Amino acid sequence: MPSLGADMEAGTLVKWLVHSGDTVRKGDIVAVVATEKADVDVEVFAGGKIETLHVAEGQKVPVGALLATIRGEGEPAVAAPTAPVPAPPSGPRAIASPAARRRAAELGVDLSRVSGTGPDGSITLSDIEATASGGRPSPAPAPDRSAAMRRAIAAAMTRSHREIPHYYLGTEIDLGAALRWLAAENAKRPVTERILPAALMLKAVALAAREIPEMNGFWQDGSFRPSASVHPGVAISLRDGGLVAPAIHDADRQSLEELMKQLRDLVGRARAGTLRSSEVSDPTITVTNLGDLGVETVYGVIFPPQVALVGFGRVAERPRVRDTAILPVSTVFATLAADHRASDGHRGGLFLASIDRLLQKPETL
Amino acid sequence: MTEPELRELALRVLRKIAPEADPARIDPREDLREQLDLDSMDFLNFVIGLHEALGVDIPEADYARLSSLDGIAQYLGEKVPGAAR
Repeated sequence: MPSLGADMEAGTLVKWLVHSGDTVRKGDIVAVVATEKADVDVEVFAGGKIETLHVAEGQKVPVGALLATIRGEGEPAVAAPTAPVPAPPSGPRAIASPAARRRAAELGVDLSRVSGTGPDGSITLSDIEATASGGRPSPAPAPDRSAAMRRAIAAAMTRSHREIPHYYLGTEIDLGAALRWLAAENAKRPVTERILPAALMLKAVALAAREIPEMNGFWQDGSFRPSASVHPGVAISLRDGGLVAPAIHDADRQSLEELMKQLRDLVGRARAGTLRSSEVSDPTITVTNLGDLGVETVYGVIFPPQVALVGFGRVAERPRVRDTAILPVSTVFATLAADHRASDGHRGGLFLASIDRLLQKPETL
Repeated sequence: MTEPELRELALRVLRKIAPEADPARIDPREDLREQLDLDSMDFLNFVIGLHEALGVDIPEADYARLSSLDGIAQYLGEKVPGAAR
């Protein structure tokens, strides 16, 4: 069971998309796992032939539990796991007590057709009897995803405030050049290929994170581990409440067009609940943009084990002094929340200055 | 298309973006993004949705005219060839 977020302790295997004997390549989506935050498509980290599936659909297992054994090409068979999990005797997702199973057999009820109303969606005796009597269709109570998400966010943010000595820096960035360049670019583009300022800011953060590596990585086991790649997690609010911050991989090496395409795709999939395991497990820094709500300045809380979060507020025309005149200038307040164990204010300041400098030359992003 | 039809189409596109929104509660004169909590990505998807449904190209410079449902219906009435006014 992969860790799909810093505070994930267990996941429920919702569905296998492969069978024993199937050949898979690295990166193939092999299963769907439900965490407290979302259903996530799990990608396989190695290629080969699926030898055994150890976890049954519907089963909840801790992070680190063996999900499947894969044999690489020409490799000897991997030793069987010590405690393979038996497949449930009935269809997928059926969690039922022996008593409920017996009653189901007596009444000829197919467990896979019963929606459980017990803890964790388990099937109770009364669910069996209600189904057998043709009574209520026993709709499964939708798992309270928003309550679970609240708990996951609470756990991560509590840990962050307890463990991470945050320091905060802010700077006002002149976006005049960037917005003029973007308006001219977008005027040439069909509506489906337009770029939002958020993509520009994301690229600038990714490039700056490469320049100042103390902002990009993880605090783990008492030391800072910089990440060789830049995978900014983009904070996306869900329409029914809650928040996810999946990663855009190697954002520093992508063109603005590619970034924008990925951003649109990611927002759509985050809200539809179809994120991939690699996206939710490995962001190296978080970017949050609350300007659309009219927020002037973001004071962020770092998502552990990451060490930095960049926040952008509202882009607006503000009266600013240029040379000897007061002019309307489009600006944004960018803030950095950083982990003082991994970096000091001086490096944080250089990081924000680097974002500013990069946004002055939008054509190079 | 008549103006009510354009209005209905705009609401259909919006429903895909903000499925939880109740069209009956939208004040057609008030700011749509505020009422439906649409961010800039949602709004871009809305403009793309209109483009796909009607074939109209809406330049960024015209976004200000799309702030309310009334404004959208009027704007589309001018842009869509053959729309009844």
